[in-house]
Amino acid sequence: MKPAPFKYIRASSLDHALSVKAEYGDEARFLAGGQSLIPSMNFRLARPAVLIDINGLAELASVDLSGETRLGALTRYASLERNGAFLKACPLIAEALPHIAHPQIRNRGTIGGNLSHADPASELPAVALAMQARIRLKSSRGERELGASEFFVGILTTDIGPDEMLAEIVFPPPPPSTGTCFMEVARRRGDFALAGVVAIVSLDEEGCCTSIRVALCGVGDTPVDASAAAASLIRQRCTDQAIEAVAADVQRAIAPPGNVHASADYQRHVAGVLTRRTIAAAHQRAAHAA
Amino acid sequence: MQPDRHELALCVNGTPYQRTVEARMLLSDFLRHELRLAGTHVGCEHGVCGACTILIDGAPVRSCLMFAVQANGCELSTIEGLAAASGDLDPLQQAMHEHHGLQCGYCTPGILMTMTAFLKENPAPTEDEVREALSGNLCRCTGYQNIVDAVLAAAANLRAAAP
Repeated sequence: MKPAPFKYIRASSLDHALSVKAEYGDEARFLAGGQSLIPSMNFRLARPAVLIDINGLAELASVDLSGETRLGALTRYASLERNGAFLKACPLIAEALPHIAHPQIRNRGTIGGNLSHADPASELPAVALAMQARIRLKSSRGERELGASEFFVGILTTDIGPDEMLAEIVFPPPPPSTGTCFMEVARRRGDFALAGVVAIVSLDEEGCCTSIRVALCGVGDTPVDASAAAASLIRQRCTDQAIEAVAADVQRAIAPPGNVHASADYQRHVAGVLTRRTIAAAHQRAAHAA
Repeated sequence: MQPDRHELALCVNGTPYQRTVEARMLLSDFLRHELRLAGTHVGCEHGVCGACTILIDGAPVRSCLMFAVQANGCELSTIEGLAAASGDLDPLQQAMHEHHGLQCGYCTPGILMTMTAFLKENPAPTEDEVREALSGNLCRCTGYQNIVDAVLAAAANLRAAAP
């Protein structure tokens, strides 16, 4: 279990990294935290001819909380876990972070690496989808911005082109009186979840739901946006009964694949329970935020 | 394809080393095969078991999920650096010994390095926090209870010894 030979290029600048990527295209991969890429290379599931090491590019690791939350792709989980201002500004990501792998992995792993790996069982893609994050891609040709819903296209597959780099993730601020919640069920803390749910609930002055976002991880080929299935809650009070009905709608809207740890039925069951609990918690938090 | 070789200079447990390595050499293999520091164990080689955990610039990481060439210019700490030159065990090692925190010992170097960094950051942990910090290290012998006991005892001893 050793990686196949490759050519290692340490990028000296973002322009350098992008020009090397433009030259080699799909033959080259960016090496950031390496916590998904290197295991695939150790298994020889991935055999890139060229690795472009971007770890030295501090400009890709910026955290900007001045307006929208903008995270450079090279931002490591561990640096966010230790950033009090960030944890306060983004309580939803703060709640999801401790569930992402283990402390040793979080010391190396990056936000951009996570999203570009696009593992449907991973927490962060579902959070990005629920928060309607925008993903900024750069190449030597220029740059473009994609919504999270357009970015994730399949299992381990994104819309990133052969010459592009995921450079930045932008999380728009939630409306006022909004509460958020992330929960997952995993066999062991840090393992991939059997199912995980993100809920974002906004309330008006009367305490009625004005918008709801629900996204799930581990139950499809991509992170799954179930907000449409949850929309019956809008203009309603978040009673236990209403939340129960929404959870049942979400359960019907998903098609979990089942895996070695859980049957499809059990995943659907867990997704329903977590949907109910996350919406209830997000609602509580929204009411307190008002 | 010609091997892609790179110059590498780093410090392990305070000792500087310079080597030329192939780009694809994992840091775990570099420590074991090039530097002959075989105390760092290799279990799964895909980041699950934690046996190869070392400290890079003070932070615990999987040495099987880094290429040696990436550690250029870094300060590494491995299990070989824990005990004093006299052979006296460090407080965490001593507590693992006293609480029977190991049986076969294969996972132990990774656990000691993980917990060394953890106790530095959190000198007075709760049992839950110890278990959370331990979650990235697999042990198939002990059932973890004795390791948790050892870490809590080491934390108490370290606090008592602190000035």
